[in-house]
Amino acid sequence: MHPAFSVVFLTTLIGAGQGLFLALFTVESYAAFGLLSPQPDDFYALGSAIAFVLLVLGLIASFFHLGHPERAWRAAAKWRTSWLSREVIVLPAFMGLVCLYGCAHWLGLNPVFAQLPSGAPVNLTAVLGSLAWVLAFALYICTGMIYACLKFLREWHTPLTVINYILLGGASGFTLAAALAAAVAPEVMPLLAGWALIITFLGLIGRAATLIRNARLKPKSTLQTAIGVKHPKIMQKSMGLMGGSFNTREFFHGQSRSVLRSVKWLFLVAAFFVPMVLLAIGLSQAAGGVLLAAFVVQYLGLIAERWFFFAQANHPQNLYYQSVA
Amino acid sequence: MTQLALVIDLNVCVGCHACVTNCKEWNTSGSAGPLVDLNPYGKDPTGTFFNRVQTFEVGEFPHTETVHFPKSCLHCEEPPCVPVCPTGASYKRAEDGIVLVDYDKCIGCKYCSWACPYGARELDEHQRVMKKCTLCVDRIYDMRLTAEERRPACVRACPTSARLFGDIHDPESEVSKAIRENGGYQLMPEWGTQPANHYLPRRKTKLRIREDELERADNPLKIDQQLPKPGKAEPSLDDVTSW
Repeated sequence: MHPAFSVVFLTTLIGAGQGLFLALFTVESYAAFGLLSPQPDDFYALGSAIAFVLLVLGLIASFFHLGHPERAWRAAAKWRTSWLSREVIVLPAFMGLVCLYGCAHWLGLNPVFAQLPSGAPVNLTAVLGSLAWVLAFALYICTGMIYACLKFLREWHTPLTVINYILLGGASGFTLAAALAAAVAPEVMPLLAGWALIITFLGLIGRAATLIRNARLKPKSTLQTAIGVKHPKIMQKSMGLMGGSFNTREFFHGQSRSVLRSVKWLFLVAAFFVPMVLLAIGLSQAAGGVLLAAFVVQYLGLIAERWFFFAQANHPQNLYYQSVA
Repeated sequence: MTQLALVIDLNVCVGCHACVTNCKEWNTSGSAGPLVDLNPYGKDPTGTFFNRVQTFEVGEFPHTETVHFPKSCLHCEEPPCVPVCPTGASYKRAEDGIVLVDYDKCIGCKYCSWACPYGARELDEHQRVMKKCTLCVDRIYDMRLTAEERRPACVRACPTSARLFGDIHDPESEVSKAIRENGGYQLMPEWGTQPANHYLPRRKTKLRIREDELERADNPLKIDQQLPKPGKAEPSLDDVTSW
């Protein structure tokens, strides 16, 4: 597939935004159950604002993918069958809840509705946060399933796709949350940096598992099934056009194998190894700058990862577009 | 239930691209707007087509065959492009099984083209919506045309009658018979898309004549030892006379 940067930015930005929110709510949950001392509202408000900005940027990027952005509202129609439609519904709902969650913290508006038997308060932010928590995971699943549900794009058609969207988004979000905590709420920095380290490591396992799986894939469709001629040796002589078409532009990444291999190692280093080292340094030295650097490197690495994710997928229609003359 | 479809005979197709040209002509002139070409006279001309003829070489020299392979939307009975469409712009008609795109609802997200294993859909670079073969839906129901003309443009154009059009759910239709009697098959059956369009395979036409069909072994004249005259070895009338 031809990696569209609109979708690369959409998925990486909202992934980080969701991860950042999940990190914030993790801290709030720890605090609610008395595992941490209560953190300043500024931390949550600022974090939610950053998450919201990431989500808005992702949403803006997605519009560049559309031929008719002014009709985007129509995309909510077919949520019964289309994962893309579900994502279109869940994303704004999640953004709204993150916004409310951040505002509730910012304004200090946090009435307690009830008390759990353990003594943990059920307050406004806990309710909003829980709902947003559910939607954050729903959004990861929608985003992942958009790709995983296409059964003949076999590089994507695996539960690992959804798992990786959760882990990679979560990793970048927690890394950003650790950098934010170093500045605003230093007490929770070790917790968040530790989780970021763990999730990044899990992400590495998930992504490596996908790479290994995809390297062993054998194509189900061949030229034989594509044109229905049962002969072991078939060669295309002409695709029926010479100047290129949508089929030659949309489904080929147009890069050499060596570029693809370079990008693979680049993202493995930039999205996983370097951030893990930087997170470990930041964790031991309590250095916010290092943690911020970890996030920047990891985010750039994830852009490369997403580019590779699209480029690696080999669409069966490419069988029909092998030769020009 | 009706399922309209094309049956394309690869044994007959000569790869002349008349179907491509006539398809483009008809569908670029329709009420749904043109099939736009970009740089038609420039360096990299490109444009939207519903139908393409591709060419494949099968086998190894000197035992090769050239297969001309027309490809357009197959109007699958289980179209994978339809459920993924977020707006409902992409739909399959219940009454005749034609898969269509509502150009007024399409947001141009290209997701349906990702979901089609055959590459049958093309984004129109000018109108920014997804386009594909309509089986000339604006033509086949137009009662102002004669019955002969109420067929898709590609079928009308084919000089060798390699393209048949009809209802594959009607067992007595021309297309059903062609599929049944000539080994009609579907493309990429492995994905369960159940394409409605079928292809008829290449086949060698050979005349097999046995010796005893040229000269009957049980010819009664042989029993009587009276062989037909003139004998088989003697020159025939054509050899000895000139008119």
